[in-house]
Amino acid sequence: MDVAQIEKTVKEIYEQVKSESLEEGDVLINTLHRIQDHFGNFIPPEAAETLAELMDLPLSKIYEVLTFYTMFSTRPRGKYVIRVCESTPCHVTGGKAVVEALKETLGIDFNQTTEDGLFTLEFSSCLGLCGVAPVMMINDMAYGNLTPERVKAIIEELRGGEAE
Amino acid sequence: MKPVVVLVSVDSNSVLKGAREYKNLLIDLVEEYNLSSVVDVLETGSFGVYLDGVLLEVLPDGIYYLVKSSSDVREIVEEHLLKGRRVFKLEVPPEKVRAGVVEKIEVPQETRVVLRNAGVIDPTNIKEYIARDGYAALAKALTEMKPVDVIEEMKKSGLRGRGGAGFPTGLKWEFTFKVDADQKYVLCNADEGEPGTFKDRLIMEGDPHSVLEGMAIAAYAVGANKGYIYIRGEYYESVRNIRKAIEDAYEYGLLGDNIMGTDFSFHVSVRLGAGAYICGEETALMESIEGKAGRPRLKPPYPPVSGLFGKPTVINNVETFANVAPIILNGADWFRSMGTESSPGTKVFTLVGNVVNRGLVEVPMGTTVRELIYVFGGGVEGGRKLKMVQTGGTAGTFIGTDKLDTPLDYDSFTKYGVSIGSGVILVIDERHCAVDIAKNVLGFFAHESCGKCSPCREGTRVALQTFDRLSKGLAKKEDIEYLWTLADVMQQASLCGLGQSVPVPMKSLLQNFADEMEAHLKKECPTGVCKFVKEKPRRPVLR
Repeated sequence: MDVAQIEKTVKEIYEQVKSESLEEGDVLINTLHRIQDHFGNFIPPEAAETLAELMDLPLSKIYEVLTFYTMFSTRPRGKYVIRVCESTPCHVTGGKAVVEALKETLGIDFNQTTEDGLFTLEFSSCLGLCGVAPVMMINDMAYGNLTPERVKAIIEELRGGEAE
Repeated sequence: MKPVVVLVSVDSNSVLKGAREYKNLLIDLVEEYNLSSVVDVLETGSFGVYLDGVLLEVLPDGIYYLVKSSSDVREIVEEHLLKGRRVFKLEVPPEKVRAGVVEKIEVPQETRVVLRNAGVIDPTNIKEYIARDGYAALAKALTEMKPVDVIEEMKKSGLRGRGGAGFPTGLKWEFTFKVDADQKYVLCNADEGEPGTFKDRLIMEGDPHSVLEGMAIAAYAVGANKGYIYIRGEYYESVRNIRKAIEDAYEYGLLGDNIMGTDFSFHVSVRLGAGAYICGEETALMESIEGKAGRPRLKPPYPPVSGLFGKPTVINNVETFANVAPIILNGADWFRSMGTESSPGTKVFTLVGNVVNRGLVEVPMGTTVRELIYVFGGGVEGGRKLKMVQTGGTAGTFIGTDKLDTPLDYDSFTKYGVSIGSGVILVIDERHCAVDIAKNVLGFFAHESCGKCSPCREGTRVALQTFDRLSKGLAKKEDIEYLWTLADVMQQASLCGLGQSVPVPMKSLLQNFADEMEAHLKKECPTGVCKFVKEKPRRPVLR
């Protein structure tokens, strides 16, 4: 990626977030969200550096925040980030088998990305969709009432769509 | 409005069952049969209980249909809408959907205060909220009441914080009101992360203005002019509906400068969480808004004195704010007529786990666990036997079948050892093992502990390892005794509510399922869930 381009984009995002803020100090997390959305599932180091400069913060401070929250990533992730829930309401309705099926179908463990760069598997705490547990989210789409068979079908469908 | 209205519940749970697709199909079919001039198809929030499909309501007939396929939708259009013939096989009796409609007194009834509009109005249309007394309470507060009157009414109502701790809301407001400061804030805690809880999500999705109105009234009462709603980053639909509501409220002059022509101004902004359970803790949430890692602060000072950016701050849960407008409008006495003496009003419960009807239900405080599971939840799924119930969320108590008749309110924990917490009723059937459940619960806390204080950081880790050894048949009697000590240390020495409340599920499991814990010492898992490791005979080390 072109560094100058990243700097320009981050600056634009930062100014935009600042214009929507109520207080000077409330912008960092929102800015990080938008930077991540822009660069596709992760925050490049150059973007973090630019932001540190813009906000006059030490880079370590940006990374402290970045790495604290599970939704942010410092490494590139797959096109589809899968967050699967294994909190108790999902656990007692068959969540464990769903997690196993995901790992098996994708051939990866938690926090890994498939070789084709399509899928990243992440563990999530309760997603607040327990009415249809077990649940997972793929990017911003939620999938409920999962079974190992449904999980396989969903992944295969996404894979198939990519192959076309 | 057209003479016939079909309401489709499009809350996040229903959407996963195809609600949007069914709605679009309905619209297409209505057009196909030239019914567009008489039939309106509208979206609404959650009807409450989730049956195995998507619920539709046909008005004015008040008939509920449960659809599971597109041919069901087709049949309703062709029979009911076109020919006026009810489709009995798809019908759901209203008492199954809205228990409040039933006229039998002996059955506990659903009472909707917080969910008064969910499943009734289009949440993205401010006019529909206004038409149902929306913002009338704010108008009343601004024009007829002084801030102290609002606080007095809230105190009299006895409303207690619905996030789980149950602190009296009126008192919180009074503390904040009394502090002199150039700037104060009102925060709405919408970082709902307690496993099994999705009430705040459905309130925000189904009736976002009720939250904004409650916040505005709070701001007027304490003298704040700025507020934030901190919503979980994963709650895309809630964020969308709340943002739309804020936009519309600004447009109607119900937020912003000089609200309703008075000199009261209130500005609200949405902040997103980024995947950290700990940010539901009030001071961690403030740290997060301030752009820091969400680690809790040492208390005191409490938020009413020094909160967001060091300024006096009122922070309440979504459900608490949704209670405010009805209290101001109908008065404290009306509110006190529901619920129990120490915990007036209603509570939204979420029924999850191995229960027939998963979903949410709003009932008066004091409703028993048994009523929630069997009357509203329809009992245990698959006709299995009930083994245990976790009440109040993952930080709540595990109880056996002997405590099902406990009435739930904010005192039931001290009185009966059964917590109400955020209102989760997690039903667990006989197939599950208490040790395995303990591992799952501790795994959650070990993952979500922020790491700031050692009792919580190390305590959750050690407890998880111990339960793990127990599940493999590698634990000894002393290990279980040590878990009790560990629980005490965490309870007394942890910095915030997270570490302090881990002992609640831990101790209740150890106590109420002691036999099962002990069986694992002898490498016996009564349910057969745990796989025991064979200890390898030790070989002499070859040199």
